[in-house]
Amino acid sequence: MIPTAFDYVAPTSLEDALSALAEAGDDAKVLGGGQSLLPVLRLRLNAPEKIVDLSRIDSLRGISDDGDTIVIGAMTTHDEVARSELVREHAAVLAEAASTVADPQIRHRGTLGGALVHADPAGDLGAPVLALDAELVVVGAGGERRIPAGEFFQDLFETAVGEGELLTAIRIPKHTGWGGAYEKFVRVSHQWSIVAVAAVTRDGEAKVALTNMGSTPLRASAVESAIADGASVKDAAAKAAEGTNPPSDLNGDSDYRAHLATVLTRRALARAMGG
Amino acid sequence: MTVSPDAVEDLIEERKDVDTSDNEREIGKARTRKEDERLITGRTKWTDNIQLPGMVHLVMVRSPFAHATITNIDTSEAKTAPGVYAVLTGQDVADQQGSLPTAWPITPDQKAPPHPAIAVDRVAFSGEVVAVVAARTLAEARDAAELVDVDYDELPAALDLKEAADDTVLAHPDLGTNKSAFWQFDSATAETGGSVDEAIEAARADGIVIEREYRQQRLIPAFMEPRSTVVDPTGEQFVMWSATQVPHILRLMLSLTLGVPESKVRVIAPDVGGGFGGKLQVTPEEIITFLVARHLRKPAKWTETRSESLMAAHHGRDQWQRLTLAADKDGKVTALKVDLLADMGAYLGLVTPGVPILGAFMFNAIYKFPAYQFNCTNIFTNKTWTDAYRGAGRPEATYAIERLMDELAVEVGVDPLEIREMNWIKHEEFPFTSVCGLEYDSGNYEAATERAKELFDYDALRAEQKQRRESGDPVQLGLGVSTFTEMCGLAPSRVLGSLSYGAGGWEHASIRMLPTGKVEVVTGSSAHGQGHETAWSQIVADRLGVAFEDVEVLHGDTQISHKGLDTYGSRSLVVGGEAVIQAANKVIEKARPIAAHLLEASADDLEFQAGRFTVKGTDQGMALGEIALATFAAHNLPDGVEPSLDSDATFDPVNFSFPHGTHLCAVEVDTETGMTKVRSYVSVDDIGNIVNPLIVEGQIHGGIVQGIAQALWEEAVYDDQGTLVSGSFVDYTLPTSADTISFVTDNTVSPSTTNSLGAKGVGEAGCIASTPAVVNAVVDAVRHLGINDIRMPCTPERVWKAIQSAGYHSGETTAEAQEHFVEGEANQDQVGNDPSAAVTGEQS
Ligand SMILES: Cc1cc2nc3c(=O)[nH]c(=O)nc-3n(C[C@H](O)[C@H](O)[C@H](O)COP(=O)(O)OP(=O)(O)OC[C@H]3O[C@@H](n4cnc5c(N)ncnc54)[C@H](O)[C@@H]3O)c2cc1C
Repeated sequence: MIPTAFDYVAPTSLEDALSALAEAGDDAKVLGGGQSLLPVLRLRLNAPEKIVDLSRIDSLRGISDDGDTIVIGAMTTHDEVARSELVREHAAVLAEAASTVADPQIRHRGTLGGALVHADPAGDLGAPVLALDAELVVVGAGGERRIPAGEFFQDLFETAVGEGELLTAIRIPKHTGWGGAYEKFVRVSHQWSIVAVAAVTRDGEAKVALTNMGSTPLRASAVESAIADGASVKDAAAKAAEGTNPPSDLNGDSDYRAHLATVLTRRALARAMGG
Repeated sequence: MTVSPDAVEDLIEERKDVDTSDNEREIGKARTRKEDERLITGRTKWTDNIQLPGMVHLVMVRSPFAHATITNIDTSEAKTAPGVYAVLTGQDVADQQGSLPTAWPITPDQKAPPHPAIAVDRVAFSGEVVAVVAARTLAEARDAAELVDVDYDELPAALDLKEAADDTVLAHPDLGTNKSAFWQFDSATAETGGSVDEAIEAARADGIVIEREYRQQRLIPAFMEPRSTVVDPTGEQFVMWSATQVPHILRLMLSLTLGVPESKVRVIAPDVGGGFGGKLQVTPEEIITFLVARHLRKPAKWTETRSESLMAAHHGRDQWQRLTLAADKDGKVTALKVDLLADMGAYLGLVTPGVPILGAFMFNAIYKFPAYQFNCTNIFTNKTWTDAYRGAGRPEATYAIERLMDELAVEVGVDPLEIREMNWIKHEEFPFTSVCGLEYDSGNYEAATERAKELFDYDALRAEQKQRRESGDPVQLGLGVSTFTEMCGLAPSRVLGSLSYGAGGWEHASIRMLPTGKVEVVTGSSAHGQGHETAWSQIVADRLGVAFEDVEVLHGDTQISHKGLDTYGSRSLVVGGEAVIQAANKVIEKARPIAAHLLEASADDLEFQAGRFTVKGTDQGMALGEIALATFAAHNLPDGVEPSLDSDATFDPVNFSFPHGTHLCAVEVDTETGMTKVRSYVSVDDIGNIVNPLIVEGQIHGGIVQGIAQALWEEAVYDDQGTLVSGSFVDYTLPTSADTISFVTDNTVSPSTTNSLGAKGVGEAGCIASTPAVVNAVVDAVRHLGINDIRMPCTPERVWKAIQSAGYHSGETTAEAQEHFVEGEANQDQVGNDPSAAVTGEQS
């Protein structure tokens, strides 16, 4: 299918990208890896007049070590995240989640930044980023903002990235030595998560976030405090669906999802703790 | 090069030394497919690749409503949009478009609405075409299509099959009913068996009666290459390229529908990327593309998007099956009664009404049932029309009976294989006339089952299952059996005639012997992924003793292959392949007198073997290639013999063929999530003699996956407005290779007696067999929890909810679980069957 006609620019610097965006106002759309935007355009669910392609801005791509933080450029692909030694060592749950996205073709095109800004509640990258207490670096005409993951996701397909702004990097505090596990539940392999759970654990401590249990990725705080209070994994996991509002669709109704969340949380915690 | 008579003689001389002795044993070789290089590398021409000078591109405007009156269509803005040549509505073509054909009126009083290619004043399903835009580029056509302004008055839509059967809401108000036809087979009336009612009565008094209701969910064929059509009007001729399974039928139907002389239409099916029955159709879009090309006097192309394909290409299955099985106390079946509701969707396609009838003769499967009755009511709804989908009728029947045999086994308390053996036709009883009056010519169910059990390690798996039940393992093991048979090789023309099908079931082949010794085979079969070029080459190389590489197979162009009935119903090898053999035999017989003349021997003294005629008892002989050249030169032929070895043959089989097999499947069901994983799968198929084992394995593998997909993954779901919810591959969950496992496949051979190859057809077998094997396994995994059915697809949610309603708590042992279902409701027969229950409720 063919999108409506649009202008296309592919700036090579962040400054040029920002000014291209500023010029076009809300008629512009940023193109990352295109794995969500292109289907939207081709189905004509959106008809921007201008596309600003970020793929030629080298500074937006790559993974670097910044002391106790790792910094992942927004345009780094899922595949690069999944394979990165840095990510696997210090943020294992994110590498694992990235490796479960869609299929190899999409993982070679789709980007971490694009996935986070797209903010599909069934997307797999939000929960690990949330569980890892990441900060998202957003740049606009007014300069740079660092937004905690907990404030980044605002609603279905809605984030704190404003008009004319770009997500440039994801800063993840190193969780060296923590266990991590991403339990993704799907019916067929290339599917979006029906429910998924990201768990990051260290003795007596757990950070748990849920995929597709509401309109944004959610921290399972009841689970986390139960673990902190010394509850067993099984008992803590039983609280996974507390405070969630999961959707109903062809893959399952909200009750089923609430149940899945408890099973998957138990499994994620057990696996993360098991090393 | 100069070609003189001497040169010809020299060439003939050279041929003498060609060694043909290896060419004979081609049948049975696992050759890789000739067509794969071009298909896999994409170096071929699909319909959508065709570019013609001045060609216009079409985009269809489709109804978003399931049922509505069209009150107005304003095309003025679209017509003046950039690049637009024409915008046509149903009103514009009402007097030209005719009504799309149905070749199978199953009863004389069958009801059907007119089926316009473009809806004229009413739409009957969401996705129906209401206008077409033709523009210079596809982008312009797409843009202009958005400018077509259609006003609709929504009408109540008949969506649920059972409700539609009550006629409360009519899919087509003018018909006055949603019932298209009622069709019955009764063994007492047909005098092929006894009375079902008497047998059921008797079993109720002293025996076993099992009553079930099964659902065949709606499926989407989802072939890989979307549909595409190009029409080129040149002079008075029209050339149509189409991604179709049936170029010959399409040409005939196009001519009948539009009143264009058949001789003015040439249909070409170039390489076609799959069909699964989904391209066994004469489509509105083909007619529309033709009308636009004729209207504009310009070539026109239409290619569907995937969304259009899912929404508007015909769907498959969609039945409710009410079943009553009667047996004596030991488990010997005494009668089977089948009541079907079959969803036609909004219209009747090419063979829509006949699909359930293809299953009618298969519910009795491999068993000796004394009495059988089949009742089928075909119902219209405001959904996409259904039609053939891989197996067409036979998977539905096989599913029902193979599920029932498992239920009977449980009732009697024996192993599912034992109950089957008690009831099946023994190998020494062939040929066997079934309770439907079909003559099964050959088979050996014992042999296939024995081999399958061995490969599967059946007894060890049963032991593991027992252990998991006893320990309350959260992951339970289930074993599923399917001992299927099917009727294929469509078909004896007389039988088709007796079932009121509109055409015959023969197939045609021609062989052309080229002067250089190469051979062209023209076949009326129309491959769209099956590998006929390879298989037919092997057959001809084998019979004529020419090299495999020297055989070229031509198909799919009505100007080259002027006669044919195309490819569906696992018919190509057993009917079309046999035609090829007969054509080859004719070549040999035409060559014989010429060889005799040239060898100065009597024709009776000649033997044909390994591509050579030899004079018996001497080393004197001639290769077929030599004779071909001598015949071409025609310098020295016997008096009165035509200078041609070319031949034609049309073969009409006397019977169907009856492949069968035993499929065994082990699944692991995670009782905590409801997730089913296929752990191992063994198939032993008896498809008679095999021309190419590699192609057979491919067909079986693909078929098994497609059948597993019905069991576990796929379902076309509509919402209560009649909009297809599973309208993209995000929601229509097709499996990929990552979702499947390695299958263990093997064969037993009891050759078919209806064709000289002894072949039986393999195109649908895997898909017919595997669905019940998998669902039987899923149910077997959780049966001890009080569950006896789970509706397809057995999604994790459905399985988990069934387990919940059985009152089972993960980790309980069988003994503990049993306490719940003794007191609970869950062990009643209809668990998982109540459409209103969340467990298996129609997701809509
Ligand atoms: C078939 C299929 C299956 C999929 N399955 C999964 C899955 O299982 N799990 C999963 O998580 N995802 C899945 N995805 C989505 C995939 O992860 C996408 O890559 C991701 O959602 C978008 O990333 P992208 O780089 O392709 O972004 P794009 O598609 O280019 O953009 C997405 C949105 O983000 C905006 N955007 C992109 N980059 C930036 C930036 N740096 N700053 C500001 N705005 C930006 C765009 O304007 C657009 O609105 C699937 C996609 C497909 C097509």
